[in-house]
Amino acid sequence: MASSKNRRRMTLVLLCAPLLAFAAACSGQRGGVGPGTGSGGGTLNLLGAGATFPNPLYQKWLSEYGKLNPNTRIDYQSIGSGGGIKQIQAGTVDFGASDAPMKNDELKGAPGELLHIPTVLGAVVITYNLQGIAQPLKFSPDVIADIFLGKIKKWDDPRIRADNAGVNLPVTDITVVHRSDGSGTTAVFTDYLSKISAEWKEKVGADKSPQWPTGQGGKGNEGVTGMVKQQPDTIGYVELAYAMQSKLPVAQIKNSAGNFITASIEAVTAAAASSAASLPEDLRTSITNPAGANAYPISSYTYILVYKDQKDATKGKALVDFLWWGIHDGEKFAKDLQYAPLPDEVVKRAEAKINSITSGGKPLRQ
Amino acid sequence: MNTSAPRKNLRLTTNTIMTTLTAACAFFAVSILVLILGYIAWRGIAAINLRFLIDTPKPVGEGGGIGNAITGTLLLLLIASAIGMPFGIATGIYLAEFGEGGFASLVRFVADTMTGVPSIVVGVFVYTLIVLPMKQFSTLSGGLALALIMIPIVTRTTEEMIHLVPTSLREGALALGAPQWRVTMGVVLPAASSGIATGAMLAIARVSGETAPLLFTAFGSRFFNWYLDQPIASLTVQIYNYAISPYDEWHAQAWAATLVLMTLILVINITVRFFTRRKF
Amino acid sequence: MVNPQPTLPSPASGYGARGRVRNWRRAFVPTGNTGDALFRGLLFLFALLLLLIVATMMAAIAANSLPSIHKFGFAFLTGRAWNPVTGQFGALPFIYGTLVSSLIALLIAVPLSLGVAVFLVEQAPRSLARPIAFLVELLAAIPSVVYGLWGIFVLAPFLRVHVEPVLARWFGWLPLFQGPVTGIGLFTGGIILAIMIAPIISAVVRDVLAAVPVSQREAALALGATRWETTRVVLANAASGIAGAIILGLGRAIGETMAVTMVIGNRPQISASLFEPSYTIASVIANEFTEATDNLYLSALIEIGLILFLVTFIVNGAAKLLVWGVTRGTSGTARAT
Repeated sequence: MASSKNRRRMTLVLLCAPLLAFAAACSGQRGGVGPGTGSGGGTLNLLGAGATFPNPLYQKWLSEYGKLNPNTRIDYQSIGSGGGIKQIQAGTVDFGASDAPMKNDELKGAPGELLHIPTVLGAVVITYNLQGIAQPLKFSPDVIADIFLGKIKKWDDPRIRADNAGVNLPVTDITVVHRSDGSGTTAVFTDYLSKISAEWKEKVGADKSPQWPTGQGGKGNEGVTGMVKQQPDTIGYVELAYAMQSKLPVAQIKNSAGNFITASIEAVTAAAASSAASLPEDLRTSITNPAGANAYPISSYTYILVYKDQKDATKGKALVDFLWWGIHDGEKFAKDLQYAPLPDEVVKRAEAKINSITSGGKPLRQ
Repeated sequence: MNTSAPRKNLRLTTNTIMTTLTAACAFFAVSILVLILGYIAWRGIAAINLRFLIDTPKPVGEGGGIGNAITGTLLLLLIASAIGMPFGIATGIYLAEFGEGGFASLVRFVADTMTGVPSIVVGVFVYTLIVLPMKQFSTLSGGLALALIMIPIVTRTTEEMIHLVPTSLREGALALGAPQWRVTMGVVLPAASSGIATGAMLAIARVSGETAPLLFTAFGSRFFNWYLDQPIASLTVQIYNYAISPYDEWHAQAWAATLVLMTLILVINITVRFFTRRKF
Repeated sequence: MVNPQPTLPSPASGYGARGRVRNWRRAFVPTGNTGDALFRGLLFLFALLLLLIVATMMAAIAANSLPSIHKFGFAFLTGRAWNPVTGQFGALPFIYGTLVSSLIALLIAVPLSLGVAVFLVEQAPRSLARPIAFLVELLAAIPSVVYGLWGIFVLAPFLRVHVEPVLARWFGWLPLFQGPVTGIGLFTGGIILAIMIAPIISAVVRDVLAAVPVSQREAALALGATRWETTRVVLANAASGIAGAIILGLGRAIGETMAVTMVIGNRPQISASLFEPSYTIASVIANEFTEATDNLYLSALIEIGLILFLVTFIVNGAAKLLVWGVTRGTSGTARAT
């Protein structure tokens, strides 16, 4: 018995040795030791959570900012816009992120005043799967609304044909794919549909999780992308980056000026620029269906949510510095990842908001 | 005894059919596994290299790796097992040894029901109980959430496996004058050990693939973390983050991370089986 | 010195029939056997703790569903609408989707797992059985999100092109297999669940079958049974263990979210056709919980979680009844106590 016990101990030690070696190799990668989320001589830890849409861009920001400020460790986890709002209300994170701006009663539910800082712009595009059609399809707003309402059922419907002269549309049924999970993307899309279709506004409304009249629900942008890509004769809506990365076709949509616009970074920034003048004081707004000749109709801001009065001055300063860097230097990284940078007028408004963040009464940015 | 020729032929034919059917089932199950594993490998093998296994995550286009996710998952599994295994095995022993009566039936029923709770519910429960009051996402809460998912599985399989130990073993030990607790711990448990290990392995495999509970408790991180009161990365959350993104490079990393996760589980499985193999 | 087993019913032990305690002093402070009392007490504490944790969970869930229960009452169980915008919530489509997808999963997975387990224990040579067993258990370790993605990219197109049209052609007279064939729907959801629960059931059944005493097999063979007939004896012996395995698998099927939600179509509707999209309780909670911000919406989602508990209770109870009915007549299970 003793010898088998010893043998077992030996094997255990031998097994643990590679694990320890692995751990040693990995620890060489650490930026620094930082117990607790407090401040102090060592590193500072900040946590953010929220929208999945800007996650790739924020990860780039955190990495680049981390190179410049190795003592500030910031983590961001995408748990959805609603999750971001809930966590910042609960105080478990230092900043939240949301595509759709918070509603008034959500703002009331927070223990302090929350500021919305716009960071980048995104676009919701209509994508589809039609074999053998090379050029992008054109859609008028009312046609889109009626497809998603289930009133237009076939691809060769005369109203679709009217916008797409010369295209050989198949005689098949349209399969609509929408989002099954509550999402900022859906909120933006349904907000647009409510603006351009009175019937949609009455029957369905604008919401993160509306009751869809027809179609299948895919989970997440990637679920919808996957379902559209794998099934013929489908139509769906996704964030621009997903359609571009998966090489799915992107439809041209007629904007309020009557032009058919392809979703592009420039068109999205144009949408923000043309509505910048009417930005309200708290920067919460919807920019779907804006005026502007070259504006893409289904664009939206995404926001970072921070408390106006930061309890911890050191963390607050680090946060404010990061946000300032983000809306200036961070915007440079947006285009490569298919996000549209903020127009200059909006950057000025965001600067003012960041400058107003205080701790203990004193503004954190001098 | 009925030995007429036609009846014998019927029995023999039935035997051949059923033997072929069971072999076909096994073949079918293995082919599905090969299909899934093959698909994962096809999508992910290109992304596996040494840097991938050691580095922390990086933005799109810069490579990066899952080193901190691997250590995170290992730490979380360790905590979950440290809490969940003793708890589950103890409850299983209680149900098996003292399992008559209303209280035991209730516990059994409750354990069965718990196996059906969606993991997100467990995650929200631990979030409300631990993360909210502490205002802190932590490794400990993540391990606890995983332990809660593990416990019902380990309990029920432990109970079933203990029931399967032959009475003769118990009677022999009792006849030698051993008190009941000695009989259970020293004779019955070792005899049931490989079955209990199966339950443990199933539980570990199950929780190692869970994402939702970790999102609200352990949260996620870009850094290595060794402290129990801090957020920590994990393979499943990292896979989730990469898989829901638009970028092919991240998708490949998600599939590669899945391969790493499965290798990890395979290694744990083999190790535990080695230590609990029957020596008689 | 002989130590009497303290749990045998007798005045001296303090225990009565069915393990009930008749004399607390005798039962918990038996003369000369504190080790056993401590053992039993410690284990009892763990079992009690499990009950307390689940009770707390249920209490929290029940408390938070009260607003929804007050608003909808019983109509919640029969309501078919799910509209977060107007505040109309009904759980019936989700109950339907959960039950039917789990049923499909069981119908496919149970025979498959039993076949695999029988093959591995009774028929395969050891050298083949160990690696195959490891591999099948490995299936249980794949994260659900990976199953979901595999489902969208491989399973759903495969079913849409090769399986569902065949079913529609041969069995299209049944309302089950009518309607448009898209590959996304209740059928695909059931199949992916089957693949996910098969490893659990087969792993447990394997151990149960291996624990059946060799003497049973030898006795059957000695009487001239064929291999299959011997296996039938072994299966009868292992019936209650197999039932336990099935209930474990069922639990996983009812509570599975990510994989199912990616292939089931997420449409709250009740349709006779298996090819139509559907929605399960676990999926709707996973999809909408983190984004639900108004109180009634949250409460309705939590109430649906409560209903999931109820559904699990009822299904488990029914399964146990079924097993009891089936094994009532058979003799000689492998139980030790």
